[in-house]
Amino acid sequence: MTDDLFDGWRDKGLDEALYECRELLEDTSFPTVRRWRESGGKVLGHFQVYFPEEIAHAAGVLPFKVRGAPIEAIQADSRFGSYLCSILKTSLELALSNRVQFDMFVTHPICDAARNLAAVWGRNFPYPSQILYLPQNANSRAAVTYLRDEYARLQRSIEAVAGRLVNDDDLRRSIEVYNRNRALLRELYAIKRETPWLVSADEAYVLVAVGGLIRREEHNQLLDAMLPQIAARTNKKQDKMRLVFEGGFCEQPPLDLIRAIARSCYVVDDDLLIGLRWILEDVPGEGDALFNLAHAYLENSSYSPVQHDLRKPKEKMLIERIRNSRAEAAIITAAKMCEPGLEEQVAYLHALDEAGIPYFISEFEEKMTTFEHMEIQLQTFAENILFS
Amino acid sequence: MTDPQPAENILGRGNREGAELFRQWFAQLNQTAEQGGSAAYVFVMGSLAEILRTFNLPVVFPEINSLQTAVRRVAHEYLNQAEDYGYSPDICGYVKADVAVQLRGGQHPMGHIPKPAIAVLTNACNTYIKWAEIWERMYHIPIFTLDVPGTRAAGTQTWPGDPDFENDRRYVQAQLTELIALCERVTGIRFDIDRLREVMRHANEMSRGWKQVLDFNRNRPSLFNALTDGTIYLGVSNGLRGTAEGGRYFTNLVEEMAYKAAHGIGTLTDEKYRLTFVGVPCYPIFRRFNELFTQWGGTFVHSTYLWFASGGTNLGFEYDLARPLESLAEGVLISVRDAMDSMFFQDRALIEMIDSFHLDGVVYHPVKSCRTTSTGMADNRRALMAARDVASLFIESDMMDRRVVSEAQLKNRIDAFFEGLSSRKRQEAIAR
Repeated sequence: MTDDLFDGWRDKGLDEALYECRELLEDTSFPTVRRWRESGGKVLGHFQVYFPEEIAHAAGVLPFKVRGAPIEAIQADSRFGSYLCSILKTSLELALSNRVQFDMFVTHPICDAARNLAAVWGRNFPYPSQILYLPQNANSRAAVTYLRDEYARLQRSIEAVAGRLVNDDDLRRSIEVYNRNRALLRELYAIKRETPWLVSADEAYVLVAVGGLIRREEHNQLLDAMLPQIAARTNKKQDKMRLVFEGGFCEQPPLDLIRAIARSCYVVDDDLLIGLRWILEDVPGEGDALFNLAHAYLENSSYSPVQHDLRKPKEKMLIERIRNSRAEAAIITAAKMCEPGLEEQVAYLHALDEAGIPYFISEFEEKMTTFEHMEIQLQTFAENILFS
Repeated sequence: MTDPQPAENILGRGNREGAELFRQWFAQLNQTAEQGGSAAYVFVMGSLAEILRTFNLPVVFPEINSLQTAVRRVAHEYLNQAEDYGYSPDICGYVKADVAVQLRGGQHPMGHIPKPAIAVLTNACNTYIKWAEIWERMYHIPIFTLDVPGTRAAGTQTWPGDPDFENDRRYVQAQLTELIALCERVTGIRFDIDRLREVMRHANEMSRGWKQVLDFNRNRPSLFNALTDGTIYLGVSNGLRGTAEGGRYFTNLVEEMAYKAAHGIGTLTDEKYRLTFVGVPCYPIFRRFNELFTQWGGTFVHSTYLWFASGGTNLGFEYDLARPLESLAEGVLISVRDAMDSMFFQDRALIEMIDSFHLDGVVYHPVKSCRTTSTGMADNRRALMAARDVASLFIESDMMDRRVVSEAQLKNRIDAFFEGLSSRKRQEAIAR
């Protein structure tokens, strides 16, 4: 097995290292995955939003976050109908065009469209494709034991692909790696929140997103090296509005869109790639590891429009996110044709109106290439608030 | 022994009585609303009527309310109102029509819809969950999501005794127990297991009959049109599930089908082409859509809609009344799972149906409003065509929004499809 899937950042200064991360993120040939496979590694592709990567990691399989890409869905278009979000099509295109090759694919019932993916994948590829049924009744007392056993079922599937069994020690070691990763990501978000002038929204996004492309140990090394350098920056605080970006839980906005937002605002919190940050605290190492992972998914987790939990009404969680990050406003966005995102927007807007929090509303698509219009509108929005 | 029924009493009885029962059901809902009563809001894929009727809760199916606005050609008024309220043109039309019904205080073309006291839904459709959250915000009522784990991968269904099945069953059964406790709180009525048995007995009669009715359409000529007549039967199977009237209706319907089969009586269409329909009907032009096929001699002998929109009761699962709760959990799990399979993994069932239902063609109807049923259809069709040499048609429109329904374009495609079918039949005849 190869040592480093991504070594371009090593021995480089912060800005150069960030540049390398950006290059990796925008490389739709996915060189890290290719390198892993060339060294004999197995790859498990898991569609957005959350996946218990620890289980794949414990089996020595590379978990790859399937989140679409800004590419043309040439072959995938003929597999789908017209009224669908882009991420669904481009994710399949990545596999059909061999840009990434998997040994297993897992999707989740996050939305009506995504839950079809296991069937579509299963008809198009010879390797196992399945749905992981994360509980949709998070409020049932039986949900956690159900999920524990569902994870055990998933583990058996992964073991069959990996060609090896996973024991408790394997799982505990993986949980430790991921706990460290979650802690580092929390640290990054604390910098965003407390000193947003030290790290722009697009830089922070890049640092989080590369985690879905490499082994988590490597990601930890990257963050361990970068975060102190970011904290040591001497950037001056600018007169920019603090805002929360909401709507990036599944399909990802283009990096240039995030950069355009960062030019006029400080994004102090967001739900971009929330699946990588879903679990909010360390998962206990002792005891039944699968139970602990299941418990953390349900009890120590963030929120998104694709998880229903009576304890977490999304609009109240958004207001909490805004208040906790001391944001002055919010960007409420949704990917085009994203049903859960678009449905949630209505509740968000009514709640923000009631709370008197200004918001900027928009839609995006991963393949967007022009942002000038949105940027001008956002600048006007920010100026109206800053100077009102 | 009773005298045989005269033919005029039997023929068409299913449609006559179905329409009447449907009207009565809505009249009762109207009366409940007028008297200030409330109801349980439920969905067609796993209504849990078995439990709700035990607590004497009237059931409202917002999906049915919504499609009725389209059938009555007023859906656009409701869709516009919901869009003005903030809902995107790109989300489910059923949701938006219902939002408008709620914003109008329950006013609907078929009467007054009572407000919800509780909403019960399954995860068979994710939009159900988002939809119920809207009522939660509007009315601050308890909403209960019965999470039914579906098939994980094509052809991997598990059955009682398998550890994976038992994990799913335990989860479903625990949730049913929680739902019962919630219903007790909402209604103030104590749970009566014998009343549950009685409701389940009626549901058994209905499921048994429904499966038989569907199987009868292997007959040549077909005995009913799955798209038009079938939708009437489906309305009764949902609205009256767990009632004595509903059970009896399906027993009578089986009798009607047996009579028609014995006497070689088919539908009004001179059946030249036997088709199956995949997806949700085009309600904005419901009758006309069907005519575009029947005028060529095409009859829909089956439809995946009759599977998933009956919550998988097409399987004919019958509850074991000696162990009602455990059996209810098993039945709900197996039936709702099958409803989901009918949307995600339907290719295998369709391939099997080509021979058993003597199909000449498969009509796929993806709709803008419903990603659950539409997302995988194009790929499904590819798999079907790779497996079998059967004609297929892929036509997109909508189940609610007439802005997305182009009758002229549909007709063009359908006419071309039948010309192809006709040519195929001629070539087959020459080859013989």
